[in-house]
Amino acid sequence: MLALITATLSLGGLALVAGIILAIATRVFHVEGNPIADQVENLLPQTQCGQCGYPGCKPYATAVANDSVAINHCVPGGERTMLAIAELMGVEPKTVEEDATEPMLAFIREDECIGCTLCIKACPVDAIIGAPKHYHTVIADHCTGCNLCLEPCPVDCIDMLIKPELLEHWSWPLPNTERAQQGRERRDQHV
Amino acid sequence: MFDWLQFFRPTPPFSGGVLLDMHKITDASPIADCPLPEVLIHPLKQHIGASCELLVSVGDHVFRGQKIGKSKGYVSAPVHAGTSGKVVRIEDHIVPHPSGLGMPCIFIEADGLDQSIEAKNSITDWINHAPSLLREQVRLAGITGLGGAGFPTYIKLLKDQRHPIHTVVLNGIECEPWLTHDHRLMIEHSDAIVEGLAILLHLVGSPRGVIAIEDNKPIAILAMQQAIDAYTSNAKNQAAIIMVVQSLPTRYPQGSEKQLIQAITGQEVPAGKLPMHTGVLCQNIASTEAIYRAIVQGKPLTERVITVSGDALPIPANLRVRLGTPMRFVFSHCGLRQWDGIQIVHGGPMMGERLKNAEAPVVKSTTGLLAMARNTLMAEHQGEEPCIRCGHCSEVCPIHLVPNMLADFTRQEQFDKAESYQLFDCIECGCCSHVCPSHIPLVHYFRYGKGQLAQIRKEKSFAEASRQRSEQRNSRIVQEKAAKAARRSRVRQQAKKILPPETKDDQP
Repeated sequence: MLALITATLSLGGLALVAGIILAIATRVFHVEGNPIADQVENLLPQTQCGQCGYPGCKPYATAVANDSVAINHCVPGGERTMLAIAELMGVEPKTVEEDATEPMLAFIREDECIGCTLCIKACPVDAIIGAPKHYHTVIADHCTGCNLCLEPCPVDCIDMLIKPELLEHWSWPLPNTERAQQGRERRDQHV
Repeated sequence: MFDWLQFFRPTPPFSGGVLLDMHKITDASPIADCPLPEVLIHPLKQHIGASCELLVSVGDHVFRGQKIGKSKGYVSAPVHAGTSGKVVRIEDHIVPHPSGLGMPCIFIEADGLDQSIEAKNSITDWINHAPSLLREQVRLAGITGLGGAGFPTYIKLLKDQRHPIHTVVLNGIECEPWLTHDHRLMIEHSDAIVEGLAILLHLVGSPRGVIAIEDNKPIAILAMQQAIDAYTSNAKNQAAIIMVVQSLPTRYPQGSEKQLIQAITGQEVPAGKLPMHTGVLCQNIASTEAIYRAIVQGKPLTERVITVSGDALPIPANLRVRLGTPMRFVFSHCGLRQWDGIQIVHGGPMMGERLKNAEAPVVKSTTGLLAMARNTLMAEHQGEEPCIRCGHCSEVCPIHLVPNMLADFTRQEQFDKAESYQLFDCIECGCCSHVCPSHIPLVHYFRYGKGQLAQIRKEKSFAEASRQRSEQRNSRIVQEKAAKAARRSRVRQQAKKILPPETKDDQP
């Protein structure tokens, strides 16, 4: 009988101590938000384009972290983003249905702009400046090429242009030797 | 105190490096003047840093030495008109760059008079002037590192109290094959270079100047020594400074700033640090001559000496060329008529850029122009064979990298691993590619890897900026909504009661 009480008390005491430690630990090491969702969000290209069906990159990242949506819906991120998410989440890679397009840039034809501010409200990253009844213009350095400003424009004065190739952004291509090209082909096959 | 023992000490060498066939066929041809072309093309960015701001418009008349591009930002250098004439066009034009892409350029049609703007700031008694004033003069003259890198010179001349400069090194190494422009400058303008060195010593407050020359240029060593003797024997120059010529055994890439400092002081410049941190200022010979001209003669940088050479060029020469002269004009002046099968190289054959055509102009960083027969130049790296792990590349690497591993990583697109093998410390000297028995274009792989890494980083920072903007926008929308709702409920409450008039005015 004594043995039973001793065992119950000691185990119960241990459980109590452990419980207290855990309770303190959750307070001390408390993390705001969902850490996996944040990690997924860091992998996304942040165009905020909504092509995944969610109203931005953060909602999509949260959905991916909760396993409620497939990992292959990010169109601008393309295959590289999908693979990175698959590695982070520890799931099988999936094929990306739509090919990523070239980086685009919105351009407002200013002489046709009527100054309605609708595109300014639509821009997810505040990359359009202007005021009512004044020309609007796109800040090229901030535009993510998400196309969200095209639809609200009542006079269709916004064009999507391919980003111009600038000298400052140029980088060396892969060497044009057989082995280098073979290596690239193999990598592409492997994926 | 003069250090007499230095001649008996063995020169501390830098590690690695190779011996090259030098092909210095123009080392005996004196500097000649290149005639003026009809149109000069001035790119608005000829240096490392921010592009210049346009100061002229089409139709303007300019004089030689007139500032046409204003420096924008700290790391920048102004651009000056190369001759007198009319600005005929301002548009994108090809510049000396391996991409073959263009950038905004100012086209000046020469009027043939070649009138210079008045030199108003010539300072012959520079010793009595404050270094900050002289440095401003150097900045306004648009001088950049004329050895090829194009870093604005005045920044290097800033006096930093935490890192006092104990030695100024003039880089007369010229370790690239074919190039001889610095060699000829040292022979023909040795007095200007020595006075330029004295100005540099005054500028940074350093007591000791070393002119480093490789031992394959004995005439230049002699000329510089005589010039130093003449300068120091002059009674008015009896200041407490020491200038010496140091002859170094020939070896590539000794002309690289950090390798040269190691060869002279025995001190290695740590990764990620600047020569300043070891107390050394390194200046190019041509830059020093340009500093002399800028201060003593008050002339901005509008011309430079280049070597025009190569195995496909009929009349190789050292030419004083006006900046902005189209390369095609320079080559035609040197007798090049047959353009087929020729590769134009901008700079030396080891580190220079292979250009797609000769339309680009001569810029501040042009050290030489080579017309090489394509079959001699391109034969090397056509067939890349597997690496046999001979280790030659690691032996010759002057900064102790492992080139074969780096190439493997970049080929497999494991850029983060390549970075952990210090990819960004590579100076792209080309020693590894040169000795590789498997003809692996190692440096090309490194450039590719560096470019890709930079690209990834740029995308990351752009995504981060976009995320922040989007978050700010979302929180702003939430705030606006809340403010609106609060206002609405307040108005509603106020409408219910009958209000005294003074609180009515408070309503927004």
